[in-house]
Amino acid sequence: MADTSQKAPWREMGLKDSEYELIKERLGREPNYTELGMFAVLWSEHCAYKHSKPLLKTLPTEGPRVLVGPGENAGVVDIGDNLACAFKIESHNHPSAVEPYQGAATGIGGIVRDILAMGARPVILLDSLRFGPPDDPRTRFLFGGVVSGIAGYGNCLGIPTVGGEVFFARPYAGNPLVNVLCAGLMKHEDLHRGGAYGVGNVVMVVGHSTGRDGIHGCTFASDVLGEDSESKRVNVQVGDPFMEKLLIEACLEMMASGAVVGIQDMGAAGLTSSCAETAARAGTGLAIDVGKVPQREGGMNAYEVMLSESQERMLLIVSADKVEEVKRIGAKWGLHAAEIGRVTDSGNLEVFHNGKLEASIPVSLLAMGAPEYTPEAREPEYLKKTRNLRDEDIRAPEFGELKDILLRLLASPNIASKEPVYRQYDYMVRTDTVEGPGKGAAVMRVKGTKKGLVFTTDCNGRLVYLNPAAGAAWAVTEAALNVAVTGARPLAITNCLNFGSPENPEIYWQLKEAVRGMGEACRVLETPVTGGNVSLYNETDDQAIYPTPIVGMLGVLDDIEKRIDPGFKRPGDIIAVLGKVWGDARSLAGSEYLEIAHGMVAGDPREPDLDLARGIIDVLTEGAGEGVFSSAQDISEGGLLVALAECCVHGAEGARGCAVSPKALGCGEREDIRVDGMLFGECNTAAVVSFPADLEEKVSEICKRHNVPLSVIGSVQGSSLAVETCGGLRILEVSVEEILSAYKTGLEKSLKG
Amino acid sequence: MKFGVVVFPGSNCDSDAYHVLRDVIGADCEYVWHESRDLSGFDALVLPGGFSYGDYLRCGALARFSPVMDSVYKFVDEGKLVIGICNGFQILLEAGLLPGAMLPNDVLEFRCQWVNLKVENTSTPFTNLYKPGEVIRVPIAHGEGNYYAEPEVLDELERAGRIVFRYVDAYGNPTREANPNGAARNIAGIINEKGNVLGLMPHPERCSESLLGGEDGRRVFLSMIKSLETGAFLSK
Repeated sequence: MADTSQKAPWREMGLKDSEYELIKERLGREPNYTELGMFAVLWSEHCAYKHSKPLLKTLPTEGPRVLVGPGENAGVVDIGDNLACAFKIESHNHPSAVEPYQGAATGIGGIVRDILAMGARPVILLDSLRFGPPDDPRTRFLFGGVVSGIAGYGNCLGIPTVGGEVFFARPYAGNPLVNVLCAGLMKHEDLHRGGAYGVGNVVMVVGHSTGRDGIHGCTFASDVLGEDSESKRVNVQVGDPFMEKLLIEACLEMMASGAVVGIQDMGAAGLTSSCAETAARAGTGLAIDVGKVPQREGGMNAYEVMLSESQERMLLIVSADKVEEVKRIGAKWGLHAAEIGRVTDSGNLEVFHNGKLEASIPVSLLAMGAPEYTPEAREPEYLKKTRNLRDEDIRAPEFGELKDILLRLLASPNIASKEPVYRQYDYMVRTDTVEGPGKGAAVMRVKGTKKGLVFTTDCNGRLVYLNPAAGAAWAVTEAALNVAVTGARPLAITNCLNFGSPENPEIYWQLKEAVRGMGEACRVLETPVTGGNVSLYNETDDQAIYPTPIVGMLGVLDDIEKRIDPGFKRPGDIIAVLGKVWGDARSLAGSEYLEIAHGMVAGDPREPDLDLARGIIDVLTEGAGEGVFSSAQDISEGGLLVALAECCVHGAEGARGCAVSPKALGCGEREDIRVDGMLFGECNTAAVVSFPADLEEKVSEICKRHNVPLSVIGSVQGSSLAVETCGGLRILEVSVEEILSAYKTGLEKSLKG
Repeated sequence: MKFGVVVFPGSNCDSDAYHVLRDVIGADCEYVWHESRDLSGFDALVLPGGFSYGDYLRCGALARFSPVMDSVYKFVDEGKLVIGICNGFQILLEAGLLPGAMLPNDVLEFRCQWVNLKVENTSTPFTNLYKPGEVIRVPIAHGEGNYYAEPEVLDELERAGRIVFRYVDAYGNPTREANPNGAARNIAGIINEKGNVLGLMPHPERCSESLLGGEDGRRVFLSMIKSLETGAFLSK
């Protein structure tokens, strides 16, 4: 063992032999140990996107509102009134799999610093989480740790955690997903970049001292999890949210002082990546001395300082005459603000240790020289089986079973209220949260304007597993509809592509197809991708996760007073479906119903009708602007019936019941329609709205204008959810009390039962 | 009349209190850095919520040693008004300006939610615009709000009308279910003997605008202004 690592230390560090040869060739010599370590972290999949870059280039990234696209620390979107929103989602899956509390906590820390690096004040967080089955003790341990890690770190920062998702499924058992979205606000002129511009400018490290924690964290993040992963707990960084809070305030003050030329988070690969990336963006070089980096333990060598992933640190490029100002602000907040080097014109990253040269590597080679791989892609075998789901394979439930099925769906941890989770998060601090977690997308006011910002994260991995292109397109469509049902206009997305090992042709095919589907949906819905993150090698013991390309979407409400929410408002209001509910067997593909009631994960999900989705978005935003809708809700997990139940759950006092008949949706007209398909099918491009009866004509007009079918299915009434067939037979009646009880207690019961 | 909002390292509701005082109510308001010792010119101070010094060691335990606290003691002696919200309440307890201590929530988890509060004493500078016994809705967000004091101290607080807010159900009953953190006798907020220092765990600054779901908290600040203007309920 010692022998191998002596002969080929690059393998231990995660580099392939061919990559080592490439380094030697480009460098024209053997790299020394420190240099090799620097290459290993920056050329890791996590930092270099070796397997995903060619695919990512196919995504649409431009639009009239995009101020900064992919390539910087975060995307930035113009939201009007001279304001801009920086937002990005990032994964912290591997650390959370072995050390859930710190893994999740430092995941927040990292993405918050990315937003800060753009010059924005971080103002909201959302968490998109995936776990194994809730009755698995390991899941309970991971779930508890992740949720309290998010609470422990996020609450202390004073950034509200306003939304996200939690989804449980067996493929995530060994490899949970922890994706964190952060957004920040700034004026246009406050935009900063991560570039080491200006030869002679000073390189400074601000924030926490540097220790030996997290060395090779991103190499660990670029490997599959195995039996020895527990031993990699030492690779997981430890977070200090108090330090991060001070760092935010100090950096904002330093940027406001005009001292900061460039700024970059020291996250994955620490000092190595921040130095290489800032210099690469500016086309300059850096000469730094690691002996000048404030250290929390003695005797650290250059290798350790360069590779440390100690948290709560930022790299600043400061004009020479402003160094004292930066130091003064650092001292005010009790932080280190140390000069460690200068910007040079050498094009090299030169690392000294107390004056002795320890490493010298061309910046372009380090930051941009990693090879790109286009591995073999092969359609997965399992699809032959799952795709082949016929009408007769799904036993049609008796009418008498429907109530029990609905209550089981509402109690399913994937659908039930997530209050046991979000009540642990401070979602109100900063006093901008108008709609917090629990109802759908989060709605935030922007002080000093009439505007609202709307955020959501979405992705149903089960659908992506069954049809990656369609599933990824659904993730975008669902996110867009989630935003639009508040009345907001979807503007842009950030994505986090969570997949297994790209070296497996079947997984690479999933990735390729998902990126294709996502790109198509983003093009039609005009929501460009402004940045994000790729997390590969999410597997344990040959069990890959469901392919999970999470979409984080930003939307804008021009007038926050005109927002809509899912809850019914008044008895007598008409309930209608915008769009199309298929109602056939295929629409049950990958549904929660199919898994819960029939124990099947199967089918071939249809692609969303993107033009129709566009029309629905237009109808919702226009209708909200004109104040015609009392409520609006998208149709996702659990289908139409669960969507209606949620409208009841969130309904106003006296408006928590409804009676509907799917007659208007075409039942009785088409042969392939099934009752369960109609009620529980998920792949529908549709939304449920309610409005006062006297506005029906106006709603109908708006729908016609945008070519969106409008089907009136019932009205708000009574104190139960009642469904009739097209023949008028009442096939289901569930009291609101029963709905509430199932919905509110479902998650806790499944985690504690 | 002027409010000061003290900023400790780690305060994170400072800008929320400042926003309500200045932008919603229109009061004169300034931030006070924790190293400042000069409180002249201020009539009332807010010790805001957050995680001062990361709440390391114990909530509020380090903030009480901030330089500004020396001046806060004098400020209180002079009969000026101090309101400590959430972490600010914890700091007031650690500083000995209010009796008792905070324990972790009995549920052993952070809790962010709306609660019902009964205004138990409306003859204070902080509550004179509420109706006696009024039930209001206010958010909480804390991990350590389980108020504790010796039984004799609690009895004295009850007797002297120093329990200002209690967690109650929608009908005003201080039930076990209505108590989100296990606080002794459902206590959510208390005042000092002199009546010029209020500590409370709930966040009135988070419910001072209808857009945020309620405005029951605004009258806490308006009551302070009314007292300062008229001298009502102020100690001499």
